[in-house]
Amino acid sequence: MDNDVITVGYQLPTHSQGPISRATLALFAGASNDHVPLHIDSDYAKSAGMDDVFGHGMLSMAYLAQMLTHWRPQASLLRWNVRFTAITPLYATVNSTGEVAEILEEAGRRVARINIRTTTDAGLVTMDGEAFVALD
Amino acid sequence: MAIDRKHIGEVSEPRVIEVEKGQLRFFAKATNETNPIYFDEEAAKAAGHPALPAPPTFVFSLALGAPAKRGNILDAENGMGVDMRRILHGEQRFEYHRQIYAGDRVTLVTTTSEIYDKKGGALEFIAQDTTATNDAGELLVTMRSVTVVRNG
Repeated sequence: MDNDVITVGYQLPTHSQGPISRATLALFAGASNDHVPLHIDSDYAKSAGMDDVFGHGMLSMAYLAQMLTHWRPQASLLRWNVRFTAITPLYATVNSTGEVAEILEEAGRRVARINIRTTTDAGLVTMDGEAFVALD
Repeated sequence: MAIDRKHIGEVSEPRVIEVEKGQLRFFAKATNETNPIYFDEEAAKAAGHPALPAPPTFVFSLALGAPAKRGNILDAENGMGVDMRRILHGEQRFEYHRQIYAGDRVTLVTTTSEIYDKKGGALEFIAQDTTATNDAGELLVTMRSVTVVRNG
């Protein structure tokens, strides 16, 4: 991949994962140490006023991380932040996207500031934020 | 029930947790990871890593695996005692200093930096900053989590 072609407006390869099943949530609960029953127990989720179990925010963030690390080695990812804007419904497919918003110089390195987000196949934006990725 | 603002500035006890390669493989499976450096040691070594690398969000799972007592959001005895049914993850931030690998012993310290409310107290926000360091005292990752509490 030639860094010269990475300029403002460049779109990272989209990364899709899903659909999120109950099994996905059960496996992620165990693997991620997140045992909050809202994500794995429908009875509990309903007692909290939810329609059903829903996706962990950190599951979508893990998918977003894959978009970044499949594009560049993980060592290039300097820092990133996201805001969770909607819960991820059961059965959703999660599409991770990113677009370079700015090219910066940081400590002598070229760094891309990338606007990132996850959107479900129904068009619901579930997370947005920005990632700073070194290009050299 | 409003969260007691006395928790602002509270610093957790240090927690030590080992990064287990079996859990990294499980995490890779659960997230449908296709890049073999995250689950195949040979592939990781071929890519220049000494062991399986922890993926970018994994330090959050380390913190869940070694929860703090002091300043814990859910713990009624030692922390804030918030009802688990009322919380949502609002924001998450990571800043990386050194790569975390399988076999590392990681020390986590969490500071409750801010507690504030919006919509007349219907929503409360708890911002907590966690540092992850290795046995040499070197900083690995810092992260900030904002938890939203629905009081409505």
